[in-house]
Amino acid sequence: MKKDIILSGVGGQGILSIATVIGYAAIDSGLFMKQAEVHGMSQRGGDVQSHLRISDREVCSDLIPFGGADMILSIEPMESLRYLPYLSSDGWVITNSTPFNNISNYPEIEDVMKEIARIKNHILIDADDIAKNIGSPMSMNMVMIGAASDYLGLDFGRLEKGIKFIFGRKGDEVVNKNLEALKTGREFTGNFLKK
Amino acid sequence: MEKMLLLGDEALAQGAIDAGLSGMYGYPGTPSTEIMEYVQRSKTAADRNIHRKWSANEKTAAESALGMSYAGKRSMCSMKHVGLNVASDCFMNSAITGANGGIIVAVADDPSMHSSQNEQDSRNYGKFALMPTLEPSNQQECYDMAFHAFGMSEKYQIPVLMRLTTRLSHSRSGVLPKQPLEQNELKLPEDKRQFVLLPAIARKRYRILLANQEKFEQESESSPFNSYHEGSDKTTGIIACGIAYNYLMENYIGTQCPYPVLKISQYPLPRNHIEKITSECDTVLVLEEGSPMVEEMLKGYLGSCLKVRGRLDGSLPRDGELNPNLVLQAVTGKDVDVLSVPQVVATRPPKFCNGCGHIDAYNALIEVMKEYGDGHVLSDIGCYTLAALPPFQAINSCVDMGASITMAKGAADAGLFPSIAVIGDSTFTHSGMTGLLDAVIENTNMVVMILDNSTTGMTGGQDSHAVDRLVSICEGLGVDKDHITRVVPLKKNHDEMVKLIRQEINYKGLSVIIPTRECMQTLKRKTKANK
Ligand SMILES: Cc1ncc(C[n+]2csc(CCOP(=O)(O)OP(=O)(O)O)c2C)c(N)n1
Repeated sequence: MKKDIILSGVGGQGILSIATVIGYAAIDSGLFMKQAEVHGMSQRGGDVQSHLRISDREVCSDLIPFGGADMILSIEPMESLRYLPYLSSDGWVITNSTPFNNISNYPEIEDVMKEIARIKNHILIDADDIAKNIGSPMSMNMVMIGAASDYLGLDFGRLEKGIKFIFGRKGDEVVNKNLEALKTGREFTGNFLKK
Repeated sequence: MEKMLLLGDEALAQGAIDAGLSGMYGYPGTPSTEIMEYVQRSKTAADRNIHRKWSANEKTAAESALGMSYAGKRSMCSMKHVGLNVASDCFMNSAITGANGGIIVAVADDPSMHSSQNEQDSRNYGKFALMPTLEPSNQQECYDMAFHAFGMSEKYQIPVLMRLTTRLSHSRSGVLPKQPLEQNELKLPEDKRQFVLLPAIARKRYRILLANQEKFEQESESSPFNSYHEGSDKTTGIIACGIAYNYLMENYIGTQCPYPVLKISQYPLPRNHIEKITSECDTVLVLEEGSPMVEEMLKGYLGSCLKVRGRLDGSLPRDGELNPNLVLQAVTGKDVDVLSVPQVVATRPPKFCNGCGHIDAYNALIEVMKEYGDGHVLSDIGCYTLAALPPFQAINSCVDMGASITMAKGAADAGLFPSIAVIGDSTFTHSGMTGLLDAVIENTNMVVMILDNSTTGMTGGQDSHAVDRLVSICEGLGVDKDHITRVVPLKKNHDEMVKLIRQEINYKGLSVIIPTRECMQTLKRKTKANK
């Protein structure tokens, strides 16, 4: 088993909480893991990425090779495209559809969507909207994990356990909202692919 | 014991704590910041009463660490690569004084300049100072090497340089901890003049350092972190330093690399292994993150009969960090087909946070400077450097910490009017104060703006030594009280700031303006914590 995942977004959006939950689930499953993050300059609203590598044997490189990623999991649509050189030919792009527009030359969103639609395996999800609808806008990242959950090679229960572990000290209500976000994201993907 | 999930930086910190650390010193700088931050968060460090406060700059950090070593205890100082330039006076000389308690100088380099002004390779400093240098290839080695480094440091009475690079510093993996060691007792050096570098003593100490070189080489030859992997195809031998070893092995998962491979994580170079690989292979390919240091050493000035490939002959790019694909191409000539980035993707440079006080300070400055044109603002390193980018394009320099004030002074000396320095509060206490004193002595006709957001913002909001001290520091240095002014950088105070800047430009002498408003990030964090 090997899953190489590029996480992407904009500095401040919190892609690292995604890495933490998936990482917890991976370690809990007895797998090996390496996760390279971006700290520093670009965290001030620039583009940020994290390389998350999970495997049943020791992981060598901290960076995913170009053409090697099984998935790009992005919480911003344009950012999902920035890392396409990392995607393997049968890899998945799973991305939030709500743009984070903090630059003056952000492209027309239709053009971004067109490019995403050209990718063989893609899932486009309005995670912001879904999180709002379940009354927990902060849980957008967990919706994204849910949307990707069937392709992570991890037990769904382990992801739930990861959420309980990471949000546990914030109380039951926060935990339950995030669990609901995870589940809703997963259901969305099921329906998206049926279409 | 259970595995811990740690960044490379954190693994080194945990290793040092477990290896009997008594004092941690440092100044923030990407990608080294998390070393100190981890020690500050660590419960064990608190229980063990380990010193763990930020220093004013890298030089004071290195000197304090050396002082703790003088007193017999184990210490570590951390900094980014350019921080070692600041600490280099202490660093170079500490190789000659030697150590008493074990001391690790932990330096994180930033090849590809993700968050830095340059990509200098600290291994060159290790070689320059004739100091043993460790370059971990993974998180477990970061941890284990802390024990190894303290041991070696005390055995040979020498500080040890630990060089990390961005990808290891900021990558997380499982680390198996060891049985912790006790801290050292306070114990002064046997030779009470060991640390006195008067020429007569320094010459003696220097000869000891030179004589130890052979022993350091032997340590490298038997080091558990250097290893030789036999290979059947001897057309090429591969020397892989530090993290480059992982990039090489990434290309041989589930198979065996056919070439002999020498993994290097401890310097000086292990002569026995180097002799073996160069004698049994026709060509040697050197994979190293940073500068072509090992490659140049093997080549020599004239180039020996040995064929050496690497960054100098174009097998690998001369600059920037390595990755598995570049290594694959250098080893096999193979390239992989990849998707390209669609044209619609726009660059997304970093920018000021919403509501940041720097924005208001710059808006006022920009309005005043319209009269004089572009080219009068010498600035420095921090979040406020982002004003070089559109839409502000308000500053004309960012060189090294503190250089704003001194460059503005030099430019004023040359006749530039107005000459404006813009510096952050933490940068000011790091290296701006001494330059301000130069300007005080000559009452240089310039305006210094200290943008005070009461934190070290760019690196994530570490405590700033400047908090509540800026006015008294400036007064103490001798700036005329009537020309030290605080303002609150808010939109509603725009006109007041414009007027003030104009007025101080027209004053023929040194003025300091201190726009003061808390960083939005630290404010947010505090509000959250108080909820
Ligand atoms: C010698 C050196 N040490 C550390 C750094 C890393 N560094 C860059 S900016 C910065 C913080 C500056 O803080 P401050 O001056 O308060 O400005 P702010 O970012 O808060 O606006 C640091 C520590 C560096 N570039 N050079």
